[in-house]
Amino acid sequence: MYDITDYHEATSLAEVFKLAAADPKARIVAGGTDTLVKSWAEVPAFTGIALIGITRIPELQGIVCQEDGTLIIGALNTFVTIEHDPLIQKYTPLLSQAVSLVGGPQTRHMGTIGGNICNAGPAADSAPALFTYNTTCEIQGPDGVKNVPIADFYRGPGQTILKPGEVLTRFKIKAGDYQDFHGHYTKFARRNALDIANLSCAALVKVQGEQIRDLRLCFGAAGPTPLRMPVAESYAKGKPLTDATLAQIGQLCLQDTHDITDWRDTKAFRDHLVTVLPGRDITAALRGA
Amino acid sequence: MKHEINFTLNGEAVTCAVDIRKSLLEMLRDDFELTGTKEGCGVGECGACSVIIDGRTVDSCIYLAVWADGKAITTIEGIAQSDGQLAPIQAAFIEAGAVQCGFCIPGMVLASDQLLKDHAQLSRAEIRRGLSGNMCRCTGYQKIIDAVQLADAKRQADPKTVVLPHFKIEQ
Repeated sequence: MYDITDYHEATSLAEVFKLAAADPKARIVAGGTDTLVKSWAEVPAFTGIALIGITRIPELQGIVCQEDGTLIIGALNTFVTIEHDPLIQKYTPLLSQAVSLVGGPQTRHMGTIGGNICNAGPAADSAPALFTYNTTCEIQGPDGVKNVPIADFYRGPGQTILKPGEVLTRFKIKAGDYQDFHGHYTKFARRNALDIANLSCAALVKVQGEQIRDLRLCFGAAGPTPLRMPVAESYAKGKPLTDATLAQIGQLCLQDTHDITDWRDTKAFRDHLVTVLPGRDITAALRGA
Repeated sequence: MKHEINFTLNGEAVTCAVDIRKSLLEMLRDDFELTGTKEGCGVGECGACSVIIDGRTVDSCIYLAVWADGKAITTIEGIAQSDGQLAPIQAAFIEAGAVQCGFCIPGMVLASDQLLKDHAQLSRAEIRRGLSGNMCRCTGYQKIIDAVQLADAKRQADPKTVVLPHFKIEQ
C-alpha cells in the first residue's frame, strides 16, 4: 500500500485551492506515473502526505487553436491524446513525435504533459519540444493567473517555481513559434520503449532555400534541467545548410551543455552525442519536410 | 481511511469500500480475489499488472484503487466467454505456443486484445509497439507477436465470426 494519509478527488480548480489551503503539505497528483512511483520508493516528500487528484477537472482538458493561431494545450492531456490530436499533428508535430516515445503504452495512457513538466525530470520527453516552441506555461493559484516562459518554470531537477496550491493549467504556443518550422526529436536510450533517455535532443529549424533562417535546439539529460543552446542557435542563423555548418553547430552545443557521468551513461559519451544529435535532427526534420 | 467507490468490473456493477492507500492491483487481488492480475515490478515498467480501464491498457500497480470510481474495468478473468470458451486472443496464444512461464501472459493477453480492438488491421511493427509496455522474460516475444498476428489474420478471414476455433476449459 502507498504511504499516503488521505485522498481528495478535486472537480474544479477552486476546490484544489481550497484543499491545498486547508492542507499545505498535500501533494497534487495527475496520472500518477511519477508521483506514485516516488511514493512507492518512499521518497520523503511523497510519503505521509495527502494526495489531491486533478484528472477529473474539466478546465485542465482540451486542445484548441485560437483565432490568432495560438495553440492552447490543457495540462491534463495524456501523452496518447497529444500524440494523436489533429491540431498537435498539424501545427506542432515535433511535440506529437516526442510524446510518442514516452515509456510504454500504459504510461502514455495515464501520464499527462502537465505532470511531465511539473515532475521536472531533466530527461522528460515532452520538455525539449516544448522548450523549442517557446511555450508559455499558464499557472493558476489562489492569487490569480500567471504566464511564465517554460525555460523559467524549472528551478532544478525535480524543482519548479510552483508554490503550494498552484496548478500548471495550460501550455500556450504562439503561431510564430511553430509556423514554417520543421522539427525532429531524438531520444537516445538503450531500449526503444520503457526507458529513459541517456540524452535527448529536439531541433526546430526554419530554412530559406539552402540557408538556415532560424534554429532552436534543446537537450534533455544534458544538465539539471532541459537546456536551450543559445550559442549554437545564434551561430546557425543565416548559415548555409552544409555538413560543416551542422558539425560546427554540434561543437558549439558543448558550450551550453553540462553533461555528467552517472549510472546511465558517461560524460564522454554524452558529450559525443551532443555534437552529433543536432545535425541528425536537423537533417531528419528537413527530410520529413 | 476508506472511500466508497462504484465501478463496473468484468461487466458487473460493483460497490466497494476501499482503503485509499491501495493500488487498483491490490484491490483486485485482495478485495475481489481476482489473482489473475500479477504484480511484477510494482512501478509501471513491466506491464504484468495490465488491466483495461475504459478501453485503455493501464498498469494497475500505479493506479490508485479509488480512481476506479465510475470506470469500467476488465481483468484477465473477464475476457473469456461466459460459457468458459476462451476469447479468440487466448486461443491464438495457445495455438501459437506463446506461453512459457505464464507470469506476463494475463497482461500480454489484455494488451493484445485491446490492441486488436483499437486497430482494424495490424502490422508486425504495430504489434511490437502496441505490446512494448509488456515485458516477457521467457519467450523472446516472437511467438507472442505470432499469436496476435494469428488472431488478426483469423478475424480478417472471417470478420463476422466473433468466436474463433477455440479451446474449451475443462470443467
